Amino acid sequence: MDILMMLATTRRVLSQLRHDHRSIALILVVPALLFTAVYFLYENEVLPPGVPRTFDRVGLMMLAIFPFVVMFLVTSITMLRERTSGTLERLLTTPVHKADLLFGYGVAFSLMAALQSLVATAVAYWIFGLDIAGAPGYVVLIAVINAVLGVALGLFCSAFARTEFQAVQFMPVVVVPQILLCGLFVARDRMNDVLEAISNVLPLTYSVDALQEVAAHTEATSRLWQDAAAMAGISLGVLVLAALTLRRRTA
Amino acid sequence: MTHPEAPLAEVRRQAIPAVAASSLTVKLGRRTVLAGLNFSIPAGRITGLLGPSGSGKTTLMRTIVGAQRIAGGTVEVLGLPAGSATLRRQVGYVTQSPSVYPDLTVEANVRYFGAMHRKGKADVAEAVAAVGLEALARRKTADLSGGQVNRVSLACALVAHPRLLVLDEPTVGLDPVLRADLWERFRAMARAGTTLLVSSHVMEEASRCDTLLLLREGRLLAQLTPDELSRRGHSSNLEQAFLAIIRNADHAGTGDEPEAVASSRPEGTVH
Repeated sequence: MDILMMLATTRRVLSQLRHDHRSIALILVVPALLFTAVYFLYENEVLPPGVPRTFDRVGLMMLAIFPFVVMFLVTSITMLRERTSGTLERLLTTPVHKADLLFGYGVAFSLMAALQSLVATAVAYWIFGLDIAGAPGYVVLIAVINAVLGVALGLFCSAFARTEFQAVQFMPVVVVPQILLCGLFVARDRMNDVLEAISNVLPLTYSVDALQEVAAHTEATSRLWQDAAAMAGISLGVLVLAALTLRRRTA
Repeated sequence: MTHPEAPLAEVRRQAIPAVAASSLTVKLGRRTVLAGLNFSIPAGRITGLLGPSGSGKTTLMRTIVGAQRIAGGTVEVLGLPAGSATLRRQVGYVTQSPSVYPDLTVEANVRYFGAMHRKGKADVAEAVAAVGLEALARRKTADLSGGQVNRVSLACALVAHPRLLVLDEPTVGLDPVLRADLWERFRAMARAGTTLLVSSHVMEEASRCDTLLLLREGRLLAQLTPDELSRRGHSSNLEQAFLAIIRNADHAGTGDEPEAVASSRPEGTVH
């Protein structure tokens, strides 16, 4: 591990992104727009007194899902380009350590994710009055861990795609099941045993659980930290798997 | 031949070959791409790797830089097995299709690859100047012409000041003036002690090399100097000479054994 090479990689990834206005818009603007759409979707909801708005529940979970989905997409395509253009092979003939590359990517996209979630959370709080008990800082923290998870999975999955088209095909396989089973549509304790068991091993589940903790309690609970630790652990594990797909020497 | 007045450092440098391969065999799947190659590449010289496309040139270069798994035999680079971690600081590799980031500026590309070798601003500026792209340093690489992108890719290797520079068809798509410039630079680098291995299928470039490795269908046809090539091929036109040698090899039988010159003189003592 060489901190300078890692930072050089972070800087390189960020300056690639800087030239790519669409990706910037996808990361920073699109979540806020979708959030607005969700708000107006539930605008005319009629609730008995004392029941929280659906928007508060769904909107909050979307703050966790955005960074995961967007970073998965952006990372898997960027890394695939790196693999197919020959730059990866070339880099691996230099002294750079694989960890420098992977963490370089991780840091770059985590910074973008932090910006994304600051924008989305700010819109949620100030414009639409998202009503949750905990501090917004925890929402941003969970969102950033989620983004790292998306980056790790994207780096890993890019190894199994040969074209950008194939990379995008991982979306319904890797991302959609997690969104379906994370507790957004049906509370997890009301799923059947099989689905709940699957849900228990999917990383996005832990972030939704963590955000529900933030929503219900003013202070950070130990369950919040457990969830965050579980997500961080899974992310690290997937990053290690991704490192194994980077081969200096190929057949 | 080593000149008697050559300085001691020169003699020492010659003592250990930059690359030494023995019975080197590489397979891609079940296909044998390189079949038992024996050769050595002299240090501080320009060695040309010539052969028709599909003859295994790129695979041989990838093997030397440590990117290719070996099925049998050995390759030593600067005295160490190819692919050793310390070699990554000393070996530069320029792939055939330019492997640079199109969405970065010329300077940013060179800076990034330089950072992998702890090289700073001065080295970056030097490498960009070496390929004649100073005026375009702040332009996005995607906006450059094909030949210019090739030169960006070359600069990304030059910035590391490698002891061994492996170049896969570096002059493709360059106009004659630039090509001549580049060969002059290669020559200057060799004089300063860098070993260069340059592949090409343009025979005209063979005359600019000190030694030639002739590859055909994964076998080493011969290792010789450009002069020897024209003598053995009975033509001052190196392309004609090369074709003549290939025809001879084809007539000589199954072609299982490289010709005598190649096997009896693996040490590159041809200068």
